[in-house]
Amino acid sequence: MLVKLLELSMNWFIDAQIMEQKTDFLSEKCNLCLGWLKQFSARGLKNHLCNHYFGTKKVKETSRRLLFLWLAGWVLCAIWIFWFMNSQAVEKRREMLASMCDERARMLQDQFNVSMNHLQALAILISTFHHSKEPSAIDQIIFARYAERTAFERPLTSGVAYAVKVLHSERELFERQHGWQIKKMDLTEQPPAREEDADLESPEISPIEDEYAPVIFAQDAYKHVISVDLLTGKEDRENILCARESGKGVLTAPFPLLKSKRLGVILTYAVYKSELPSNATPAQRIKTAIGYLGGIFDIESLVDKLLHQLACKHSIVVNVYDTTDPDRPISMYGSTMTGTGIYHISTLQFGDPIRKHEMHCRFKQKAPLPWLALTTSIGTLVIALLVGYIFHATVSRIAKVEDDYRQMMELKKQAEAADVAKSQFLATVSHEIRTPMNGVLGMLQMLMDTDLDMTQDDYVRTAHASGKALVSLINEVLDQAKIESGKLELEAVPFDLRAVLDDILSLFYGKAQEKGLELAVFVSDQVPEFTERGHIYLTVHLTEEVSSLDFETEYHSRNSLSAFPVADRRRSWKNFKLFKQGLSATDPSLVSTPYDLINLIISVEDTGVGIPHEAQSRVFTPFMQVRPSISRIHGGTGIGLSISKRLVGLMKGEIGFVSEPQIGSTFTFTFTVVLTSSYTNTNEYKSSEFHGLTSLVVDDRPVRAKATKYLLQRLGINAILEMDLNQVLNRIASGTGATNLVLIEKEIWLKNISIWPFIMSKLKDDQLDIPKVILLANPTDSSKRNSSSSMEYISTIITKPLRVSMLQLSLQRVMGCGDGEHSRNGWLPQLPLHSLLRGKQILVVDDNVVNLRVAAGALKKYGAEVTCADNGKSAINMLKPPHIFDACFMDIQMPEIDGFEATRRIREMEADINSKLKHGEVLLDSLGNELHCDVPIFAMTADVIQATHEKCLKLGMDGYVTKPFEGEQLYRELTRFFKSTKKNQ
Amino acid sequence: MEIGKLQRRYLDFTSTLFHEGFLDNQFTQLQQLQDESSPEFVLEVVTLFFEDSEKLLDELSRTLDQQAVDFKKVDAHVHQLKGSSASIGAQRVKNVCVAFRNFCEEMNQEGCLRCLRQVRNEYFLVKNKLETLFALEQQIVAAGGSVPMMW
Repeated sequence: MLVKLLELSMNWFIDAQIMEQKTDFLSEKCNLCLGWLKQFSARGLKNHLCNHYFGTKKVKETSRRLLFLWLAGWVLCAIWIFWFMNSQAVEKRREMLASMCDERARMLQDQFNVSMNHLQALAILISTFHHSKEPSAIDQIIFARYAERTAFERPLTSGVAYAVKVLHSERELFERQHGWQIKKMDLTEQPPAREEDADLESPEISPIEDEYAPVIFAQDAYKHVISVDLLTGKEDRENILCARESGKGVLTAPFPLLKSKRLGVILTYAVYKSELPSNATPAQRIKTAIGYLGGIFDIESLVDKLLHQLACKHSIVVNVYDTTDPDRPISMYGSTMTGTGIYHISTLQFGDPIRKHEMHCRFKQKAPLPWLALTTSIGTLVIALLVGYIFHATVSRIAKVEDDYRQMMELKKQAEAADVAKSQFLATVSHEIRTPMNGVLGMLQMLMDTDLDMTQDDYVRTAHASGKALVSLINEVLDQAKIESGKLELEAVPFDLRAVLDDILSLFYGKAQEKGLELAVFVSDQVPEFTERGHIYLTVHLTEEVSSLDFETEYHSRNSLSAFPVADRRRSWKNFKLFKQGLSATDPSLVSTPYDLINLIISVEDTGVGIPHEAQSRVFTPFMQVRPSISRIHGGTGIGLSISKRLVGLMKGEIGFVSEPQIGSTFTFTFTVVLTSSYTNTNEYKSSEFHGLTSLVVDDRPVRAKATKYLLQRLGINAILEMDLNQVLNRIASGTGATNLVLIEKEIWLKNISIWPFIMSKLKDDQLDIPKVILLANPTDSSKRNSSSSMEYISTIITKPLRVSMLQLSLQRVMGCGDGEHSRNGWLPQLPLHSLLRGKQILVVDDNVVNLRVAAGALKKYGAEVTCADNGKSAINMLKPPHIFDACFMDIQMPEIDGFEATRRIREMEADINSKLKHGEVLLDSLGNELHCDVPIFAMTADVIQATHEKCLKLGMDGYVTKPFEGEQLYRELTRFFKSTKKNQ
Repeated sequence: MEIGKLQRRYLDFTSTLFHEGFLDNQFTQLQQLQDESSPEFVLEVVTLFFEDSEKLLDELSRTLDQQAVDFKKVDAHVHQLKGSSASIGAQRVKNVCVAFRNFCEEMNQEGCLRCLRQVRNEYFLVKNKLETLFALEQQIVAAGGSVPMMW
């Protein structure tokens, strides 16, 4: 129902709109408005928002105007509807009244005519039976009876009387015959009602006249008028004379009948002696007239009776007037009320041409209020108002939504600008930090190449690695931004988990040393030994992880590890067990998952302050550290853990942590790696040089001992754990094989320093091989190592944290095996780059000659054939297909045609050629190698902003290398591309 | 002079250059790029750098001397200079260029002029040092020794 109504109103709305549009001069906006309306009614506002966003103000203005027009139009319309309906009702009422009035008038007239006709017939009867017969066949009694019995024929007459014409000469005879004298009407008293009052008031004898018209017959009700001379009454006389002349019925003016006090009219007919021709002159008629018949019409009662017959619910008031004299109409019937309102006049023809009569009709009740018209118009108005309101509400709602939308757009723009500013800032800062860091790294690199002893070399390596970590941290800051915008993709590269962990350990070596912390890595045996294909970001991630932990705890845990409170140790041990369990729990998946997918669980734990409970929920929020003050104490950006979390998410893993304040925290995360059995990388450490050696690890702390054992096992050395130094001798002595190495915690060593000479001598006595003794020193007491006595027994001291590479080096030195020279950590990707670039034709474009020369030199170094171009224009010319180049390196910032523009033009040319090729316009042969139609173009830039990178890719470049060239990056970009082309081939 | 001594001096001198920040890693890389196929690579590049830089410095001083300074032009020149100094690893020149460009962006003529002086200083310093280095190298070669490598 409602829907229908709405639809209806909507139609009205639209129709009305059209109407208004037509009538008003807004037709040019009609289309807009209509379309608008359609959208409004049919669809939501969404489309509209976009389409009409541009002209909100205008639409608003227009709609307001339309609204006013709409309302005004409908008010007028409602008034018109009211007026129209009302007038129709009035018209209908008038018609009804007219028809009713006419009906009554016609009936009255008919009955009057019938009565008149009968009176005429009566006149003829009298003429026939009274005058033509001698003696007369009619006397008073017969006449009265006859008249009485035929009264029904004359419905309007109340009585009839007959008077004869008597000349004065015949008077006496006449009086004698009838036995009464002709009387005269009482003029003085009742001039108009002569016929009736003669009876009782001793009417006077009529004076002598030329002729008389005494009544001889009368109906019983009017017996008293017999013998009265009608010619003596003024009205009657006129009547009689008139009737005699015309030969037709003549009416008197209405006058009140005395007896009934009602208005009456007398009709008089003349009776002639003989038949007269129709064109007889009045004189002839007067001569032949012998009598007069009068009929009394009691109009009032008769009309009453008539109306009573016709009475119906629409009772009307009827007035009958004699309007012979139009100025003074004489009321014949009805009250003289002169109400307002509609009335109808019908003329009545009573057969007397002289007299005119009219019937006036009025409704008895006043016209009822035109409820229908009223309700219809008001209803229309209400609907129109409602529709207008809906329209208004919609418009204002739309305006509001649009305003909000605009505001939101504004805010969005601001936010985006802020974001851009942020990334710009980060990029700039990182760029500026990278520059001095290059110096640091370069120096370290050089230092590494100088002649250093093992320890120095290790320090330098550590410093170098730390520097690299810093650079990567800076990159991480960028990565965070990248991840935030979802732009980071993980690259799957092969890596060795153990090596990675070692590297991480060495990264924090310096820090650990500084803080006096012990760091150890333990990897379960169940973790595959060989290299897995995982994600490069694991390294980064672990770094983050450890560094985050460090940042959180290092300060407060300064003494906890070295002092070893009981709670800490227990906790630590427990966690290690947990860790192992966790790893073993992954075993089934390790076996069962297809495609060599394995889940790894990595736990990083510490002892220290832990994370307060209230802060634990915020740990993964970016830029949020445990306490704001912490960052001031420890430095750090506070984004580490949030990056970790995101990275773990990218690696399809989960991260979580358990932390107890004042005990420590354990962060655990899982991730999925793909096992790559195809990638054969012989474990460098598991060389045969140490194979078969047996070592004894003396440590009173099982966790630490276990970590040491783990490292030794990685080198292929069999390790036996021993808690007590006093038992060492027994161990060595009772061991099945020879014990080649003894690794002793320095603390224990210092505690039991006196026992050692004894052991040594004992061993010597037993002719056993004297094992090499190695002290494992904590960073904190490393400074004191040389001061301790009994140094002569010790082969070397290794400062913790232990790392496989370092252990290997130390052992090599101690054992004297191996050539002591390790592979230089040189330009690792150099070889692959060589193979990648050998013989390739490469175009280098840079406007800076120095840069050009350097870039060319670098690429030549890798075996590429290099061609140089010093501006964009010549580059475009040279790259016009067909050409010989395999790749192009292009500077971005160049005068005239910059790198982007040049690339765009080159791509256009290529697209052109390709389309031509497709259509066969150019033969493939003429172009040489088809592949060159999409030459890879790499941008060279010093800019590290991500946006630039994106722009490069967007503008058709294939990659991007920083200036000056860095081998690894170059390699990465090139492999990506050349490998993919190989696949294509 | 004894070859060994010369070599030692050469190495010492090089490390001071690095130590004092005149040169950076990029120079080492340049040296790495030098091999039998292009024995004079470093010299060649550095000479190019000298020519280029002197031209640019002249241009810069001319542009900055004008009443209405065309900072866009200045910026372009400095960018060039920065690029080439970065390419040969003339770190200090490059660092001044960074500051220089900031002043350009701010349209700070005074700062630009100050930077120009600085750049010129740094440039002549590094030029001197490099020339000394090359002279040393030549001495070594003339004495029949081989230039020691730092990596």
